[in-house]
Amino acid sequence: MSTPALEVRDLSYSYPDGRRALDAADFHIHPGERVALLGANGAGKTTLVLHLNGILRPSSGTVRVAGLEVTDDNLREIRRRVGLVFQDPDDQLFMPTVRRDVAFGPANFEVGGEELDRRVRGALEAVGMEDAIDRAPHHLSLGERKRVAVATVLAMEPEILVLDEPSSNLDPAGRRELAKMLDTLDITMLLVTHDLAYAQALCRRVMIMNHGRIVADGPTEHVLADRPLLAKNRL
Amino acid sequence: MSGFHTHALYRHEHSALHGLPSQVKIVSLVLFVGAVVATPRDVLWPFAIHAALLIVAVSIARIPFSFMAKRLVIELPFVLFAVLMPFIGTGERTTVLGVSLSIAGLWGAWTILVKGTLGLGASVLMAATTEIPDILEGFERLRFPKLVTAIAGFMVRYLDVIIGELRRMRVAMTARGYDPSWIGQAGPIASSAGSLFVRSYERGERVHRAMLARGYTGAMPVFERVTVSARDWLTGMAIPGLAWVVAIVSWVVR
Repeated sequence: MSTPALEVRDLSYSYPDGRRALDAADFHIHPGERVALLGANGAGKTTLVLHLNGILRPSSGTVRVAGLEVTDDNLREIRRRVGLVFQDPDDQLFMPTVRRDVAFGPANFEVGGEELDRRVRGALEAVGMEDAIDRAPHHLSLGERKRVAVATVLAMEPEILVLDEPSSNLDPAGRRELAKMLDTLDITMLLVTHDLAYAQALCRRVMIMNHGRIVADGPTEHVLADRPLLAKNRL
Repeated sequence: MSGFHTHALYRHEHSALHGLPSQVKIVSLVLFVGAVVATPRDVLWPFAIHAALLIVAVSIARIPFSFMAKRLVIELPFVLFAVLMPFIGTGERTTVLGVSLSIAGLWGAWTILVKGTLGLGASVLMAATTEIPDILEGFERLRFPKLVTAIAGFMVRYLDVIIGELRRMRVAMTARGYDPSWIGQAGPIASSAGSLFVRSYERGERVHRAMLARGYTGAMPVFERVTVSARDWLTGMAIPGLAWVVAIVSWVVR
């Protein structure tokens, strides 16, 4: 077996107030896989996402990205390897222009000059937003901002792309366009969502999370056909 | 650059002034305003030349004078103050058409009007020919502290977002019978300011998280350094240079 792109072992986390958000979550994703992580609101999905690049630290358990464990010493390399796209693009896009925003990640990793330019253009082309390069993020539509948000992490050339609720708030056409664009990306992907149609359209493998545990993990058509399982997990 | 993402002060054109690097325009603006301020107020002809220089710059930029005039309306409160000065000023007085006016007040009003208008006109021209991100980059290239330009950048970026949030809160309040015209309902305004602060603070935390996720370690990354040609500097300095010559000559010959 190859080294997993992402390996989460017995991951537990409790908030400072004692609420347990992750309870021995355990799974791994292999390079090239596209996996959906489904769960109702409050199931612990976003908490898990924040562990994947060390923004939150586990109470117990480990996270490994392409074999490298998330520790203080290799936080930088971990953050380069994991491309996190947050739910609200207004949180993700904070620079005055799209060009600067897409360049922010690679520039933090000392990429500069022509290579930086190549990465910025490449990432924007991959999401079909190359024409917006000199526009201000707050002048783009929500769908466009979501695409640019994906480009900001693609420019870091990560090992794995993690998307938190990519389809939220989009109109049906916007959802379809985003799905179509994501489908063209040749990258390992973890899609965190409660949008079943999205999981079905994009992923062959689905995991379900409830109360901080992975309660189901299997081929999409099996998991999504199990109505009682979905209902039990508020999906 | 495309013209569909403009701020209200910007006017999309293709002119020599639009194409000038923003740091040249910033330096040029500061020098021009400096020259106007340094010109002695009791000689009139230098101000006519300053105004002529500004008009030449506006024509080069192909900004319509009506556009400039509309943006200059922001000066009105100061004009009002200037108009009052001769009436409320103290000291020696003179009589014009039977009205007693303070001479010091008249000079003060003249100074505010002429220097204020010229300075504001130059600023409006700068804003009309430069996009906000370019202005920020210009300050960065002039080696302004990156923290300051970053804070200004965040302000520009999030102003719309925060106004949008405020608007949604107002709609939610109106939908539940809130009528801001009644003075007794001032309370909700205060509390909405509080929740707007909390929301903005939470947004700040989420943005910080997103920055960390992309390798932010506390310092804004260095982007490409654009070098400005000597020709650009010469072009940009022509008008403020002439203004300074006028200012200095007016001190010598007055």
